[in-house]
Amino acid sequence: MSTTTTPEKITGATIRFAGDSGDGMQLSGTQLTNTSALAGNDVATFPDFPAEIRAPRGTRAGVSGFQVQIAAEDIFTPGDQLDTLVVMNPAALVTNIGDLKTGGTLIVNEDSFQAKDLRLAKLDENPLDGVGLDEYRVIKIKMTLLTRTAVEELGLSAKIADRCKNFFAMGFVYWLYNRDLQPTLDFIQSKFGGMPDIAEANEKSLKAGFNYGETTEAAISTYQVGQATLPKGRYRNIMGNQALAIGCIAAAKLSDRDLFLGSYPITPASDILHELSKHKEHGVRTFQAEDEIAAICSVIGAAFAGHMGITASSGPGIALKGEAMGLGMILELPMLIINVQRGGPSTGLPTKTEQSDLYQAMYGRNGESPLPVVAPQSPSDCFATAIDAWRIAVTFMCPVIILSDGYIANGAEPWKIPTFDSLEKIEITHPAPREDDDPEFLPYSRDENLARPWALPGTKGLEHRIGGLEKAAETGDVSYDPDNHQAMCELRQEKVDRIADFIPPLEVCGPEKGDLLVLSWGGTYGACRTAVTRAQSAGTSVAHAQLRFLNPFPSNLEEVLNNYDKVLIPELNLGQLKALIQAKYLVECIGLNKVKGRPFAIVEIEQRIAELTR
Amino acid sequence: MSIDLPVLKPADFGSDQDVRWCPGCGDYSILAQMKKTLAKIGDPRENTVFISGIGCSSRFPYYMNTYGLHSIHGRAPAFATGLKVCRPDLKVWVITGDGDALSIGGNHLMHAIRRNVDINIILFNNRIYGLTKGQYSPTSETGKITKSSPVGSIDNPLTPLSLAMGCGASFVARSIDVNIKHLGQTLLRASAHKGTSFVEVYQNCNIFNDGVWKYATDRESKTDNLIELEHGKPLIFGKDRDKGIRLNSMTPEVVELGKGISEDDLLFHDEKSTEPSLAFLLSRLRQPEFPEAIGVFRDIAMPVYDEGVNQQVDQAQEANPDSTLDELFNSGTCWDVE
Repeated sequence: MSTTTTPEKITGATIRFAGDSGDGMQLSGTQLTNTSALAGNDVATFPDFPAEIRAPRGTRAGVSGFQVQIAAEDIFTPGDQLDTLVVMNPAALVTNIGDLKTGGTLIVNEDSFQAKDLRLAKLDENPLDGVGLDEYRVIKIKMTLLTRTAVEELGLSAKIADRCKNFFAMGFVYWLYNRDLQPTLDFIQSKFGGMPDIAEANEKSLKAGFNYGETTEAAISTYQVGQATLPKGRYRNIMGNQALAIGCIAAAKLSDRDLFLGSYPITPASDILHELSKHKEHGVRTFQAEDEIAAICSVIGAAFAGHMGITASSGPGIALKGEAMGLGMILELPMLIINVQRGGPSTGLPTKTEQSDLYQAMYGRNGESPLPVVAPQSPSDCFATAIDAWRIAVTFMCPVIILSDGYIANGAEPWKIPTFDSLEKIEITHPAPREDDDPEFLPYSRDENLARPWALPGTKGLEHRIGGLEKAAETGDVSYDPDNHQAMCELRQEKVDRIADFIPPLEVCGPEKGDLLVLSWGGTYGACRTAVTRAQSAGTSVAHAQLRFLNPFPSNLEEVLNNYDKVLIPELNLGQLKALIQAKYLVECIGLNKVKGRPFAIVEIEQRIAELTR
Repeated sequence: MSIDLPVLKPADFGSDQDVRWCPGCGDYSILAQMKKTLAKIGDPRENTVFISGIGCSSRFPYYMNTYGLHSIHGRAPAFATGLKVCRPDLKVWVITGDGDALSIGGNHLMHAIRRNVDINIILFNNRIYGLTKGQYSPTSETGKITKSSPVGSIDNPLTPLSLAMGCGASFVARSIDVNIKHLGQTLLRASAHKGTSFVEVYQNCNIFNDGVWKYATDRESKTDNLIELEHGKPLIFGKDRDKGIRLNSMTPEVVELGKGISEDDLLFHDEKSTEPSLAFLLSRLRQPEFPEAIGVFRDIAMPVYDEGVNQQVDQAQEANPDSTLDELFNSGTCWDVE
């Protein structure tokens, strides 16, 4: 493979493929990501697609995009502004062009800018005409025609041939960024090997796109992104939902039990169900329940049975599970409840990201019903989060909520693969059988963590009844005693509060004291960490802290907050963490709030930091 | 070699909790028969789990000295499914009522039955909401005057057994709280069946709906108002056993024996029929037009859900005996950073 010009060395690039939902943009982006990761780049991705499976062709509503940042340095986000934008039709152009940098490269499938295409995108004029795109480097390519020509000899129908044009677009981008074609050629063989015609057509299209760049655009410079200096080790790309699923399997093995998932399909959590249902060889049982309520109820049944029970859903599903979550809490059985947050309220924005279910996680149940809440910060971090959450659940005998989000769930990044042996075991003990003359079994007695014994059905002499009615301390018998109820509510609260001593203290990245602390949680980690690092290199007195544990808060949080003049809390909601922190510590915080269904751009945080430290 | 296993008596299955049902409630009788049944089955107490929803009947697990879970309204079949899938070694009973199972929990009942999870669902039907003090239920008769229907309910009542049959139930039966011998036998049959056993028990609520099953329990009238189903036997009823059910095309009719009609002209009961239409038809026989059937309507073998789930896991483990988590972690395309 060679290009006619020497490629320009760059530290990174942000590239987005945008086209119709059926144009294969997700596949193109994923392939570019994997190829770049194999080339040693750090990568971070952001797929963005409509809720409709096939929205009307050519319309703005049907535009699907996949963004990836490839870099020669450690990165935490899929990038803000685009260096290169590939658009397959006018709708994709008008909905994405705003994100392209001035001077950025715009690659256009010129063939799809006919009168009909413009009409579908509700455009009166062709945006390729006139001066509107003058600030970009525009490369117009007759992709449809060239792809058809490339596969002509295979005698495929025009419809099938046209489906290959995403490979042509990929080929061109591979040329522009000096990517190796081989990983994608291998992928084509494994994916389409059973359909030799299709495999060959995709191969030809990919190569045609690459060669087109080499022969016709030889005058323009191409780019070379060097290898990132990631810590030594073995890596793979992993998406957030995949990492959660694998993390749950690992947690089950570490605690020596089988995994049971009760789940009902919901965007963007369904991939957890899909992933886990593939791993029966690891003792995973998946139950696609009739609804969200049955899903969590089956999980409570599994937890009573002694298994690692988990349920995965998104906000609307969690709303339905609320009553059963309260039951899980009062039964004091361990289980994981995963909420992959999406835009709300109600059905909201199913395929878009948001962090607006924090209140729901904290307060979305009747009565005094505290539950621990843990939030992963990135796709690969979901693995460790699952293990951490399960360790808390079994140590304190309670359900634990994992708050992921659509951005983390569908985003991908390199994951440094651990060896199983390097992971810390999770110890669980169950009370032993008892004989008739042994001391009475007390299902609601407490250990040093205030956890009650996990007695399994089938164990002789430990027969006991649990339920949603208030229970007497120790015996667990139904109790309406006023003092007992107060004591039990306080005890269940205290049990959750004590987790603060079990989790690590909050770590701060940057000066221990200073002008500003940026406090983030969940998927806003990447944008906040990058923005703070940039501001620090510019000499700003600013630090960053990421709250992994949202209930309870780490024991040193108050101290950390008081070390800074100002506290900025960027969130993809209208200020939920901010309100929790202000209420608990009476420390005034400044919110940076966005609910557009999209993650923060680094620059948005940077600007706010600059304003606050001016 | 012989080991003397302790023989459990009915009383051994009672917990130390005070039973708090109203004096005279039909639930007492069902509780007593359940204890007798479990003693007959003879399984150790620790291998049995009772799961209930919410309502008067759902207090049942507290009164049994087995494992028990008093869950949330209507959802007991879902808890039972999760438990049974993870622990097929346990005997799982679901105790529910007409409001719990058929109103708020209709969805879970339907899906547990169609999956054929190996659990026994006992529905105490008293045709009223008892614990909330007397509103009409999904099985209350049209026109029923209650606190929430002061001028009469306009809802059409549901026939639980028809619903179960519509979901493809593999075991369907009906009994009556005070018909203790029949109830005991029915519970025993339900327990012996592999798959979901669905049993409706006519249960009297002497506070809010007293006498609702009077026609089926009064010594004088019950023989005319009930048909006791027996496998392979004709459908005969009446004090003098002189009446029967005959099928006229697809329509059942009551006929008197003699006068040119013999037993051979009657409908014969076949609980093993894979075709559920006749069993369904029997579930539609309602008072006052017809006598109502009690006994086992249907008892057929069908694939069992929890067995299926565990078979898939076993097969995957047999096919991949050496699969490790390191393999799982390293699946897909990996690369090394030196």
